[in-house]
Amino acid sequence: MNKIAEKYTDEIQQVLAKYPPEQKRSAVMALLYMAQREGGFVSKEDLVDIGEILDMAPTEVVSLVGFYSLYHDEAAGKYRIQVCTDLSCALRGADQFLSDLCENIGIKVGETTDDGLVTIEEVKCLAACDKAPMFQVQSSEGIEYHELQDVDSTMTLIESWKEKEAK
Amino acid sequence: MSEHVLLRHRDIPDINKLDVYQANDGFKIFNQVVTSMKPTEVTEIVKTSGLRGRGGAGFPTGLKWSFMDNDNWPHYFVANADESEPGTFKDREIMESNPFQFLEGLAISSYAIGANAAYIYLRGEFWQVAHFLDQKITELENANLLGDNIFGTDYSLRIYTHLGAGAYICGEETALLESMEGKRGQPRLRPPFPPSYGLFGKPTIVNNVETLTNVPAIIENGGQWYQDLGTEDTAGVKVFSLSGRVNKPGNYELPFGTTFRELIYENGGGIMDDRPIKAIMAAGASSAMIVADDKALDTPMDYASVRTLDADLGSASIIVMDDTVDIDWVINKTISFFKHESCGKCTPCREGNYWMHNLTERIHAGDASSDDVELLHNVASNIQGKCLCALGEFSIQAVLTGIERFPKDFETKVR
Amino acid sequence: MAKEVTLTIDGQQVTVPAGTVVVDAAKKIGIDIPVFCYHPKMEPVGMCRMCLVEVGRPVYDRATGELVLEEDGSPKLQFWDNLETACTIPASEGMVVKGMTEKVQKGRKDILEFLLTSHPLDCPVCDKGGECPLQNITLEYGSSESRFDFDNKIHFDKKVPLGDLIYLDRERCIQCARCVRFQRDIVEDPVIQFYNRGRKTDIVTISEPGFDSYWSGNTTDICPVGALTTADFRFGARSWELNQSASICTHCAVGCNLTYNTRREAKSGGDFVIKRAMPRQNEAVNELWICDKGRFAHHFTDSADRLTQPLMRVDGELVPVGWDEALSLAAEKFQTAGKDLVTLVSGRLPNEDLYNLQQLTAGLKGSSSLYTQMAGGDLVAQMGATEENNLSTLTAEDAILVVGSDLEEEAPIWWLGVKQAAVKGTTLIVANPRPTKTDQHADFKIRYAYGEGAAAVESLGSGAGEAGEALAKAKNVMVFFGSEGTNLAASSALAEACGDLLTKTGHSSGLVGVWPRANTQGAWDMGFRPSTEINGAKSLYIVAADPAGDDPALAEAVKAADFVVVQELFLTETAKLADLVFPAQAQTEREGSFTSGMRRVQRFYMAVKAAGDSRPDFDITAQLGAKAGIDLKGLAPSLVMSEINAKIAGYADATYTKMAQVSEQWPIINRADLFYGGTSYENNAGLGVQLGSIKKSEVFKYTDGLELPDGDLIAVPITRLYDRGTMLSKSEVLGSHLPEPFVVLNPEDAQRVKTADGMTVSITLAEESYVAVVGTDETVPTGIVLVPRSVGMPISGPAKLEIHIAETTLA
Repeated sequence: MNKIAEKYTDEIQQVLAKYPPEQKRSAVMALLYMAQREGGFVSKEDLVDIGEILDMAPTEVVSLVGFYSLYHDEAAGKYRIQVCTDLSCALRGADQFLSDLCENIGIKVGETTDDGLVTIEEVKCLAACDKAPMFQVQSSEGIEYHELQDVDSTMTLIESWKEKEAK
Repeated sequence: MSEHVLLRHRDIPDINKLDVYQANDGFKIFNQVVTSMKPTEVTEIVKTSGLRGRGGAGFPTGLKWSFMDNDNWPHYFVANADESEPGTFKDREIMESNPFQFLEGLAISSYAIGANAAYIYLRGEFWQVAHFLDQKITELENANLLGDNIFGTDYSLRIYTHLGAGAYICGEETALLESMEGKRGQPRLRPPFPPSYGLFGKPTIVNNVETLTNVPAIIENGGQWYQDLGTEDTAGVKVFSLSGRVNKPGNYELPFGTTFRELIYENGGGIMDDRPIKAIMAAGASSAMIVADDKALDTPMDYASVRTLDADLGSASIIVMDDTVDIDWVINKTISFFKHESCGKCTPCREGNYWMHNLTERIHAGDASSDDVELLHNVASNIQGKCLCALGEFSIQAVLTGIERFPKDFETKVR
Repeated sequence: MAKEVTLTIDGQQVTVPAGTVVVDAAKKIGIDIPVFCYHPKMEPVGMCRMCLVEVGRPVYDRATGELVLEEDGSPKLQFWDNLETACTIPASEGMVVKGMTEKVQKGRKDILEFLLTSHPLDCPVCDKGGECPLQNITLEYGSSESRFDFDNKIHFDKKVPLGDLIYLDRERCIQCARCVRFQRDIVEDPVIQFYNRGRKTDIVTISEPGFDSYWSGNTTDICPVGALTTADFRFGARSWELNQSASICTHCAVGCNLTYNTRREAKSGGDFVIKRAMPRQNEAVNELWICDKGRFAHHFTDSADRLTQPLMRVDGELVPVGWDEALSLAAEKFQTAGKDLVTLVSGRLPNEDLYNLQQLTAGLKGSSSLYTQMAGGDLVAQMGATEENNLSTLTAEDAILVVGSDLEEEAPIWWLGVKQAAVKGTTLIVANPRPTKTDQHADFKIRYAYGEGAAAVESLGSGAGEAGEALAKAKNVMVFFGSEGTNLAASSALAEACGDLLTKTGHSSGLVGVWPRANTQGAWDMGFRPSTEINGAKSLYIVAADPAGDDPALAEAVKAADFVVVQELFLTETAKLADLVFPAQAQTEREGSFTSGMRRVQRFYMAVKAAGDSRPDFDITAQLGAKAGIDLKGLAPSLVMSEINAKIAGYADATYTKMAQVSEQWPIINRADLFYGGTSYENNAGLGVQLGSIKKSEVFKYTDGLELPDGDLIAVPITRLYDRGTMLSKSEVLGSHLPEPFVVLNPEDAQRVKTADGMTVSITLAEESYVAVVGTDETVPTGIVLVPRSVGMPISGPAKLEIHIAETTLA
């Protein structure tokens, strides 16, 4: 049984339609995102399923998970807050913002809150250098930019997730 | 005509809506091109305009198009929207705010090389942008501006978005093509170059988003008009991404030849807290460190003039440092970036950036000796000229020039 | 022919075909440019940057196109600032390459320094030590000091089992990607890949089981460091302690050239033992590669279960006996049996042994049989592969037909050769009842129902259809016929149909039997013909075959004989029924020759001392002959071969001297520059002799098809690389790869008979019951059950099969 193929039948067809029929493999990036929607990471079963859909060896698929930083091979928080601390952002206080944020949430970079809601990660440039401090949130809903942030605005955002969860 | 050539959304509200864009002559040029011009005529105008690639390498765009292998079909066009150079954030604004001009540019360019399929390769982080563009593409298809038999001709064009997943190296055009083919985004050997062996092994042009956004205006107004906008060396206008210790960071569309001083002090509102300016990086993290003295500040920003400072303009991503910033800290940041982004394919970049990072960390932590600084400089020199692609070659720019041009910042740090 | 260009490398001129990369051009004139990622069998990637050189190109005037000259009249050269990688630069006319300059030496030293920053300093305990490209190149170009802070050395796992045959030491890996590229590009089995990127890059596999490939061992040969090692050689010996013995693989009909590395060991009382099997270069046979079966299955040789002395049945028990007594008894019984003597042999035996066995049997007026279910060796002898028409000579003007064979399973190296020919443009037609890996490069795929193979081939010969036209048009055609789904009669029909096809399409050579044994073709050539008819024999002389172990019906026939002599390596089921058991030497313990399926006669040499008091088969037979008054050569196999040269049609040229001759091969590999070709051995022991065609039959007799038995499910025999044959099952390192009995059927059928993938069931086949594991595969035709040969369920051809689900399994 191919869980990915069953769950995303139409969406997979839409993605495949973008590429020449003999170049199915191009769809692997999109399929890995699909696999990640549930659970926030790509499981071994997903790799086998995707390989089967695209005629790729599962090892070739996992190789991509390792290469690209937006794919994950382990579970983490439901919301990954990925703070840019690269040069331009750091020149505008990103390092300080990150450490303050961590202190406020009570976890270190790379850790996940006890409720499993939030993971804080440090990432490289996100092409929003004029709006530092900023971060992106990677979650089952995709990737969302949050620019010109401070600790308060970020904590408010996290509160809104908590409320959403409570419902 | 509005004030901006590229950032027209700053002059025309709601230009990201199709009816507004069309009301401002949007897709008129595409129509004219498809119905009345030969592909080679389009390429000729772009050649005359002197337009050069805005992704950083500055290769003449029309010339690149003319390299297409016309004995091998189909042809593909790929828009490079992998914008990942630290300090660069112009393509995102263009795609978010003036999407149709970019798409029209891509459509015209695709016609010029005979491509019936064009892909926009966006970095994975631009997930929202990709979804936004998907909507815009659908609107264009619904308006019969994309699809089969456009404007009643036998020309057909589909545009598709394709998301990367977090890898700076995919901005390198052959790595991008590998990634599009569902592989690890590692640069290919060149030659062959994409115009003869590109996507799926077919002739392909890869152009940056900003480059393509210029194209409708160039075709509308002619190559000479565009030439006249810039300097003798560098034609046209450029979106300068200004970041770092300035009061008003942001994108500024200016003609080539604008000085650093004008950009930083007039457009950018000067340095934060009115501190003295210390250093400038003109091409993001891949830059040489420019000592921000009067000579540098008064240097016009075109490719040749910036070369006189032993630096490159590249993608014109201007990162500004004031006197509070230690250069050893800066290179630790840039090397941390390159270590993280090195694809691992070639030895000097893979091993060299790891090694350099060990050294920059140690220097920044104050645990290093002057020998370590010398070693760092030597390691960087040894990487130079031996890498497979530009990532490795440019990773050392800030290190070499930082140590050479700001020696005090290192002397004070070492034991 | 590609255009030739002349360039100068370090002052020496060399002329090569345009497109040749500089590293290869240099190699041709004996200049070794150091490489790690480049391998002459793979496309260049320019990753490791070790092969840096200075390259000067002649300058041409843009306006006139004329060569620009210096004042002294020599061509003006343009050198770039940067060094260039010699592995990626195609040679061009007038190019000047400098590999000895200070700049180049420094460049190489820099690259080595980078590689060594991460590399551990464990050469003294590394298996690669002594034959390590990184070690050797460091000695030549590297610095004696490290500027890299030892505390910053990156540490990774040092013992990662990628599978149970290959271990990875992550610290030692220099990310050259040779292994990844070999698996992906050469054998198209991408079960290992890189994970992560940058300095974290490492090799991973998530295949089930790990590194699940028949080719995995080759990656250890081309690994330029000690990152990949084989399970059986890891910490096994130092390379400089090893002796070399040339050999020929004994596990399929390809005839891969091997070198056995041996060493004296205390555990064997100071005698030599085989430490590893390595490929030996033969570009016409196996290039630089061997499959894992060939690499790991030699361990049967030193199995403790080997027979070491003659055994005689006394009071119902087999007890040790002296050779003389045993031979005398056998001679006496065989003479008495006369025409009721049946000699049954397998293609596992070398030519010399088969010749003597044939002579002995004929001398005693007995009859001989080849224990096989495949026919057609006589046709192959008439119209087989030739010097001009074999896998290494095919071009885009030629065509290949593979019929009734899952080639990668049955003869992996031929699969590789066929694939490589197809990539070069040779038209490939694959005809088989179900898809196989060979299909991936096929220009034409033909599906026929099991039993209809001969008919499918016949219709190709009618010249109809594109595939038929391609065959008729081709300059040379090679036809590989296998034994998928056939019994002896069907195999005969298929072989005849293939011979007919070649003839009808205007070709007189190229027929290849995908034989199950190394020397099946030799057995045909020595006069043996297939038959398993041993019923009614008074005396049975069974050599290198285990009919009783294979088939209960044959066990009964063995039991029914008055007197049975078994000559074997192990106490097989058949040997257990024998009156006399002769311990035979393994192929590794003696000299001899095999004739490959492509009719190349190749010599092998002694690698280790014989087990116990075992003797070579040809000698046992000769001694038996002496007792029976039949004069046979027993002292040395070369004496037997001289007789074969004189008496066997087509073998006149296959002398030991000629078989031992070598000529230069490309790529040039040798022990001095392991970094180029890897640790495959240079061939200095002989390339063998390609036999020519002999007189040709023009009449081919075959029926259209094989009548499949009635039944809901029909079992058809297939061949898998790993089975439970006599030799394989004694090679412990392959343990987990040797399958338990299994059957494969279409999921629809599985559902219908209420079984499922992975379920253990009871099956009935030819009135016998077996326990087997069910596998499902959509590509298996409905109504068909694939039953692998030699895994414990005897199957000689299509047969009715029933699947019973145990009550407990259902519950």
